[in-house]
Amino acid sequence: MSEAFSGPVAGHVPVLRLGDVLMVTLQGDLHDSTAQQLQQDLAETITHSGATGVIIDISGVEIVDSFLGRVLAEIAAQASLLAARTVVVGMRPAVAITLVELGLTLPGLRTALSTEVAMDLLTQGAPRVGVRRESP
Amino acid sequence: MPTGAGVEARLPIRSDMDLVWVRQHVRQAAAQLGFGLVDQTKLVTAASELARNTLVHGGGGHMESEPVVSGGVRGLRLTFSDEGPGIADVERALSDGYTSGGGLGMGLGGARRLVHDFAIETVPGAGTTVRVTSWTARPPRQREEH
Repeated sequence: MSEAFSGPVAGHVPVLRLGDVLMVTLQGDLHDSTAQQLQQDLAETITHSGATGVIIDISGVEIVDSFLGRVLAEIAAQASLLAARTVVVGMRPAVAITLVELGLTLPGLRTALSTEVAMDLLTQGAPRVGVRRESP
Repeated sequence: MPTGAGVEARLPIRSDMDLVWVRQHVRQAAAQLGFGLVDQTKLVTAASELARNTLVHGGGGHMESEPVVSGGVRGLRLTFSDEGPGIADVERALSDGYTSGGGLGMGLGGARRLVHDFAIETVPGAGTTVRVTSWTARPPRQREEH
């Protein structure tokens, strides 16, 4: 589909902070090692920053295989242990169709169609179970 | 009808960098042969699973890619070969949830669901070859409209 040739991307994926929410944008074809690095980076960033939400934008990702699916699920699980909620944003329709056929429905993964909706979910939205955020 | 130029290839699978090249190659080859977006995505995902198996379980190997034609329908055939330990129990390896590599256990069985034809040959101690083919059109498939 895309004519532009995008070479392998290795290294770190930038983690941006917007208030209490961390934002990550995945683009193109990720190395396994880059995905694993991101998983570690996010755990550390959540701990340091005290962020309560993580948004992972995968609208630029052409395929999610079982490896990347597992990394996303693990990021959500570890964020949850660190008192942050994760929303995966912008999954392409072809990716969703493929994941279901692959057998990966990722039930623990929260998704949203746009970053805006994800932000709403994380900043007000769904009831928090037994957690109250201190706000000024 | 396009020739096989750019589709026919033999790619090494020795590192996670090679997995990226395999995916890029399969996507470009499938696009060139006229696969639709969903079918491209399925085939690239299957290739990624199979290439990772070749790397992780087979200790590395290679993928061969070739265009095929049957009954006027174009297809893409991908063959993943390694000379690793082989698979002792293929049926079990194909079942969902079975994993020996720390994954989710969806690799082999999942890849089989994502392609039209799937064949596996494995000899314990001598290696594994997985050959998959997907076609740009399937006769029984109805046209979908949105």
